[in-house]
Amino acid sequence: MAMTMENHRIEAAFTGTLGDFSLDVAFEAPMRGIAALFGASGCGKSTTLRCIAGLQRLSGRLVVGGEVWQDDDAGVFLKPHRRPVGVVFQDASLFPHLSVRGNLLYGARRAERSGVPPAIRSRDVIALLGLGHLLDRAPGALSGGERQRVAVGRALLSQPRLLLMDEPLSSLDRMAKDEILPYFEGLHEELSIPMLYVSHDIAEVARLADWAVILSSGRKLAEGPVRDLLERLDLWPETGRFEAGVLLTARVTGHDRTYSVTYLDHHGQTISMPARDLAIGAEVRLRVRARDVSLATRRPEAISVRNILSGTVVEIAEDSDTAYAETLIDIGGGRLRARVTRQSVADLRLAPGAPVYALVKSIAFDRGTLSVAATAPAETGGRKPAFPENGDGR
Amino acid sequence: MDIAELWPVVRLTLELAVVATALLLLIATPVAWWLARSRARWKEAVAAVVALPLVLPPTVLGFYLLILLGPDGPGGWIAGAFGGRSLAFTFEGLVIGSVVYSMPFVAQPIRNAFEAVGDRPLEVAATLRASPWDAFWTVAVPLARPGYVTGAVLGFAHTVGEFGVVLMIGGSIPDETRVLSIAIFELVETLRWAEAHVLAGGLLVFSFAVVTIMTVVEKRARRPGS
Repeated sequence: MAMTMENHRIEAAFTGTLGDFSLDVAFEAPMRGIAALFGASGCGKSTTLRCIAGLQRLSGRLVVGGEVWQDDDAGVFLKPHRRPVGVVFQDASLFPHLSVRGNLLYGARRAERSGVPPAIRSRDVIALLGLGHLLDRAPGALSGGERQRVAVGRALLSQPRLLLMDEPLSSLDRMAKDEILPYFEGLHEELSIPMLYVSHDIAEVARLADWAVILSSGRKLAEGPVRDLLERLDLWPETGRFEAGVLLTARVTGHDRTYSVTYLDHHGQTISMPARDLAIGAEVRLRVRARDVSLATRRPEAISVRNILSGTVVEIAEDSDTAYAETLIDIGGGRLRARVTRQSVADLRLAPGAPVYALVKSIAFDRGTLSVAATAPAETGGRKPAFPENGDGR
Repeated sequence: MDIAELWPVVRLTLELAVVATALLLLIATPVAWWLARSRARWKEAVAAVVALPLVLPPTVLGFYLLILLGPDGPGGWIAGAFGGRSLAFTFEGLVIGSVVYSMPFVAQPIRNAFEAVGDRPLEVAATLRASPWDAFWTVAVPLARPGYVTGAVLGFAHTVGEFGVVLMIGGSIPDETRVLSIAIFELVETLRWAEAHVLAGGLLVFSFAVVTIMTVVEKRARRPGS
């Protein structure tokens, strides 16, 4: 807490070529919460992560939390085993010749031997990741989700200052993903270990990360708070045509048991969504996809849509190659994106400054898009991260 | 006939095979590691040198070894340092010859095993604070265990069974270089069939056991999750 801001940052710059791929990125990310390296496959995000871990050497400079790990001008390059990082790879890569316990202790023993204070205790990690009943098993006898949890635990127990995750969910099916995501959110809240999370899935980034660096073809396209990046219409080719959406933070105000509905307050406007087991007063993060939002210039009546939020148009980006336009709507304290047809924009005479009503069906919230916000106050009933209810999303 | 007379031969053979196998594993480990991991262009040339005993007639190998081990070669100089004259026709010379002769049978399976381990487990070990040396012993070698088992069994069996090279560099000095294969040859030459039967039959059973054990071990190594 007493440290200066510079000591809580990752400053990275790497340039170099690997085969016919060239990487040239420079970015900063806070060493707090989860920062995402986001981009399509082949954009260089995994290479960047390998450079940070020291597994790949490109020319550049890397300062993590005030420590210089690489500085070509000064001839500094810390070997990977001297860097206090934990890495979780796409495939868990557990050591097959060791039991789960042996895997978990591999890094822990070495950290202890080199005198690193055990800030992260094995008891906590085992409890947090639900590994207690797996300790004596062989890695071959675990499910994909269990393997990945062990890999996370193993990395954490090596007492890293920074946890690097290279698409840790991409080899898992939807069920296993839904099972493991709440654990990740739990880590983030309980252990306050900074993470750098590589992903090509904007929904994952929106759900987990606070900060993101967007890469494309080996170059940095944008960096900043996830919330801001998701509201930028100019980034739509990268943040996804289909999955584009924004984040809203809302507070739980009540439940209607009769209709199985949960009510949330968003800066004075009410949002209703299918019931979730959330404590009243808990702050939640909702992702609303642009394609789930419709616009109207007059408040519609006799309509099934439950969420009618008043706002004003901030920005419109028309894509002349398609039928669509992306719009950004200020709904007071937050912004929504709505994907509408260009024809609608013309018919409704939408323009920046125009008052509109944003319509969002309740069902749009019934997806793997909700998480208890990292800043949520410790509510007795709201400690447990919310599980998505396994909707198939159709 | 006197079976008791055969025991020194069997003991010497086992001694030779045990010492040679131990040395083989020791030397083959860095060689196999380098062959598996190096990106040097000339590594296949080194691999070919290691594999040479597979195709060379044992007499050719034995001839060169004889020169190297003899009084005028490096073997002679080393022997000189210990008050000897030559390493040829000594137990030590036989050990050296056996190591050279059996190297491909040990280095190849271990190299394959190291290659199968790949980069990833070693990278993981590095991110878990293991130095390269540490990771080698705690990750690479344990994961390459099937290769070590195959290499050790093959190396041992080949050393027990070698004939041509031993004949060239060892001769048949009792308790020094007179090993099984040579003894069988001499027994047959002197028409002592009964003793030849005992030794030959013993080797047959031994070889069968070796092949069976290896097959079982390999099968077990391939079983997922073991």
